[in-house]
Amino acid sequence: MIDELQERLVQLLRRMAKRPRIDIPLALGLITLAGVGLATLYSASGGNMAMIAGQATRFVMGGMLVLLISRIPPQTLRAWTPWLYAASIFLLLVVAAIGEVRSGSKRWLNLGVMSFQPSELLKLTMPMMVAWYLHPRQLPPSWKDIIAVGILIGIPAGLIAEQPDLGTALLVSAAGAFALFLSGMRWWKIGSLLGAVAAMVPVAWHFLHEYQRNRVRTLLDPESDPLGNGWHIIQSQIAVGSGGLFGKGWQHGTQSRLDFLPEHTTDFIFAVFSEEFGLVGVIGLMLLYAFIIGRCLWIAMEARDTYSRLLAGAIGMSFFVYVFVNGGMVAGMLPVVGVPMPLISYGGTSAVSLLTGFGVLMSIYANRKIHK
Amino acid sequence: MALRRRSIKDTRGEATLFRVRALVGFALILMGLGVLVARYQYLQVQRHDEFALRSENNRVKPRAIPPARGLIYDRNGVLLADNVPAFRLEVVPEQVKDMPAMLAAIREVVPLDDGDIEAFKKQLKQNRRFDSVPLKLHLTEDEIDRFAINRWRFPGMDVVPYLTRRYPYGPLFAHVVGYVSRIDADDMTRLDADRYKGTSHVGRSGLERSYEDMLHGEPGYELVEVNADGRVQRVLETHAPTPGKNLYLSIDVRVQKAATDAFQGRPGSAVAIDPRNGQVLAMVSVPSFDPNLFVNGISKADYAAYTTAEDKPLLNRALKSAYPPGSTVKPFLALGGLELGIRRPEDTVLSTGEFCIPGQQRCYRDDTRGGDGTVNMVRAIEKSTNTYFYKLALDMGIDRLSSWMGSLGFGKKTGIDLLGEAEGILPSREWKATRSKYPWFQGETVIAGIGQGYWNVTALQLAHVTATFAGRGTPYAPRLVMATQEVKQRPVPLANPPSGPSLIRKPHDWDVVNQGMEAVVTGGTAKGQFTGFPYVVAGKSGTAERFSRRSNEYDTNKNLAYLATRHRAWFIGYTPVEEPRIAVVAMLESGAWGASDAGPIVRKVMEAWLASTGGPVPPKNIEGAPASSSSVPEEPEDTPVASPADMSVMPSVPADSSTGTQSDDGGNP
Repeated sequence: MIDELQERLVQLLRRMAKRPRIDIPLALGLITLAGVGLATLYSASGGNMAMIAGQATRFVMGGMLVLLISRIPPQTLRAWTPWLYAASIFLLLVVAAIGEVRSGSKRWLNLGVMSFQPSELLKLTMPMMVAWYLHPRQLPPSWKDIIAVGILIGIPAGLIAEQPDLGTALLVSAAGAFALFLSGMRWWKIGSLLGAVAAMVPVAWHFLHEYQRNRVRTLLDPESDPLGNGWHIIQSQIAVGSGGLFGKGWQHGTQSRLDFLPEHTTDFIFAVFSEEFGLVGVIGLMLLYAFIIGRCLWIAMEARDTYSRLLAGAIGMSFFVYVFVNGGMVAGMLPVVGVPMPLISYGGTSAVSLLTGFGVLMSIYANRKIHK
Repeated sequence: MALRRRSIKDTRGEATLFRVRALVGFALILMGLGVLVARYQYLQVQRHDEFALRSENNRVKPRAIPPARGLIYDRNGVLLADNVPAFRLEVVPEQVKDMPAMLAAIREVVPLDDGDIEAFKKQLKQNRRFDSVPLKLHLTEDEIDRFAINRWRFPGMDVVPYLTRRYPYGPLFAHVVGYVSRIDADDMTRLDADRYKGTSHVGRSGLERSYEDMLHGEPGYELVEVNADGRVQRVLETHAPTPGKNLYLSIDVRVQKAATDAFQGRPGSAVAIDPRNGQVLAMVSVPSFDPNLFVNGISKADYAAYTTAEDKPLLNRALKSAYPPGSTVKPFLALGGLELGIRRPEDTVLSTGEFCIPGQQRCYRDDTRGGDGTVNMVRAIEKSTNTYFYKLALDMGIDRLSSWMGSLGFGKKTGIDLLGEAEGILPSREWKATRSKYPWFQGETVIAGIGQGYWNVTALQLAHVTATFAGRGTPYAPRLVMATQEVKQRPVPLANPPSGPSLIRKPHDWDVVNQGMEAVVTGGTAKGQFTGFPYVVAGKSGTAERFSRRSNEYDTNKNLAYLATRHRAWFIGYTPVEEPRIAVVAMLESGAWGASDAGPIVRKVMEAWLASTGGPVPPKNIEGAPASSSSVPEEPEDTPVASPADMSVMPSVPADSSTGTQSDDGGNP
């Protein structure tokens, strides 16, 4: 009995060593990132062990989710894609109808035991849908396909922006757009599309909520309202700037510890990181993110079919959007939008949806091309 | 359709296209991350100093530590003003959202009177938003407890410990030591804001005020780390304050007590000065008040009781109330006669009971009907013979008289280490010219010779002149503070050099006047008052009328209670005559006779002083002596000198001094 079990275990390990279902470098990168995230959270929360335990539990569960999803072959995912996308859209409509309002925005569905944001689903189902649509097409995509993809992106993005949740709408749109970009969309088409988007900006400004406009205004001149909208931006920049080259040291960041920095465990945790670890820490973390994104793109290149390639590439590239938008916000370069720093910010939903994405990547890795 | 598309799909080409796009995308991402890093480099390196400073300013706030106020002791180290811990309620305005609502709510927990609210609001306007403002001082334990329970309702409000002032002797030193009270809005404009940061009290009167600078000390500060709510997290650095200097008075508590008790509650004042150095040995103004009531804000009722009281307990009579000195000026005038060469000691004057200015109708009385006969200087002082001094004043002339008396210290501030001293009035042509369109009349010179007319002196001033004389003419500004002491060091005496050379050029002149003043005590107006006192005492009495006499009739009512309503009693004295160590002046606002009513007060001060210095103790039976002598009205007294107006009020200038409207003659048979 035990011999048999041992035998099977040895076989499994041998198989994994020969043809692992998990990309070890990517996994190590993610584990390192999660470790940095927990350490920063420990400092930012003032050693709040309940928060640390909660976040660690989510990481473990997310890790198991990665292992589980990695077992699902990309073909199966592709087959499910239209249904998953349709279900996501349906849930968005349900939210619009009977969603729960929290602090002015309607994002949550109350499931009794827990509440969740259907918009999070789109972070994954969106690139899946675009990849599914482009998979059988002749690439680079024609204008017709581009318009079709535009509609696929536009409907959920519009619904999410309406909640309003500009940050998620941006991430969801970006994920779809990256799939389109990776499909080989002609540069002149990209250029003309971006030009059109740029032309739309004044129109979009008109549709923004007043508080959103204020965030943009405040970004341009934070000192105009130092105790109101400007407070976040000013205090965050003070935290970052006072960190200097080498930082104040772990647990020695005064801006967060003395509550000058708002949201210092969630959206602005990167300010705590920058304050305590300085520019050297920032560069180190950016290299880690670059490594993870690069590894994702490598997995995409090694993928077996168009669907897998586009999906893996889009997930990897949207990871960058998180980092850039959050990092830019903390540094006072971009307006304040609710985009977390991936795997560093405290909070369940984003960690789970991010790790689900990495589960898909692992699955694609496991079913990569066989080199001769 | 999809099938057709797929058939012509170039899989290999797509993979290549993707590879290119992925690499381009990765390059763009690296650029994006590069932009981000560049931004962080800009913030963390280029602008690091600026943000580091702002971060420090965010978290580190300086907080003033008020210095402990210097203590005040008597000459033997008995504590007169003490610091005791107390608690006050403070508000940080920045953290209170709705101040009127908060004030309304707190009143239900801690009772506040309108004065508290008013002072708070005034200070609120002057303070910066993040500096705390005291709302109520000296909380009771009950109030502290009730606030503690309700504290959660009042963010930005807290109970803070501080040191408050206590005067263990209460009224006994109220007019000397004075008191501190809460700093108000007017003080804030006057005081150095940096030195008084965190200080709630400032010297308001007495020595507390005049020595404010020394008593206050230098504040220290600490650097504290605060969080975004302004709550102090920890103290980073402490720079201790320098406590104020302690003061040692030259007054002995026992002498002060004896002097106060001697008044038995009758309004008046007494000052004792050491002629050798100007040190004040006692300074009393009766009645007094409780300075402790003022420290943390006096209640309206208490204050009203003091201000409406008829005998004005808040008035420092020794310092601020000037009255006609009456006959007490006679020895000093006599000295002037000798020094200026106008009189020799042996020159005599015939006192007939009336003195008339040659060539004028106007006559001035002696106090004894029929006069004292032929008197020389010693006898004239002993008997307080008016005629002698009328004539002397006339011979001297008003200019020389006021110049001489002014040189002794009359008509000007003594320079004591208290604020608000009254100058009094020394009659002179110049003084009158500022008050009246009439010229100086000779009759005014005559009555100036017996210390009346325009003349006004404070008890302090008279004590200063007496001490200067007793010290053989060497003037010293009176000093209440004898020494100062820095914390943990020995007291350092305050230097008080003489304010000039001796005013008496011929020592023999002093001997003559002193002989006259000794005679006052041994056989003159104050005969028997100092019987049994171990040292020889020299003195002079003075009795001034409080009301103008309406007729030339002698007042035959000799009832002492009646006379007390009409007279002010003075007595000046010093002892021991060989080398005077104490000069005392006592004044009773309502005293029948200078010698019999003010004299015993001087004696009691001298006795207490003698006991305190460990000198010979006077025998017990002496207590009765002054009382028995006062019951002998046959003994000639001083001329009660009319004062046309009440105490500190300026006397009105008579239209014509020769009309006799102003009475100056004796009321005694």
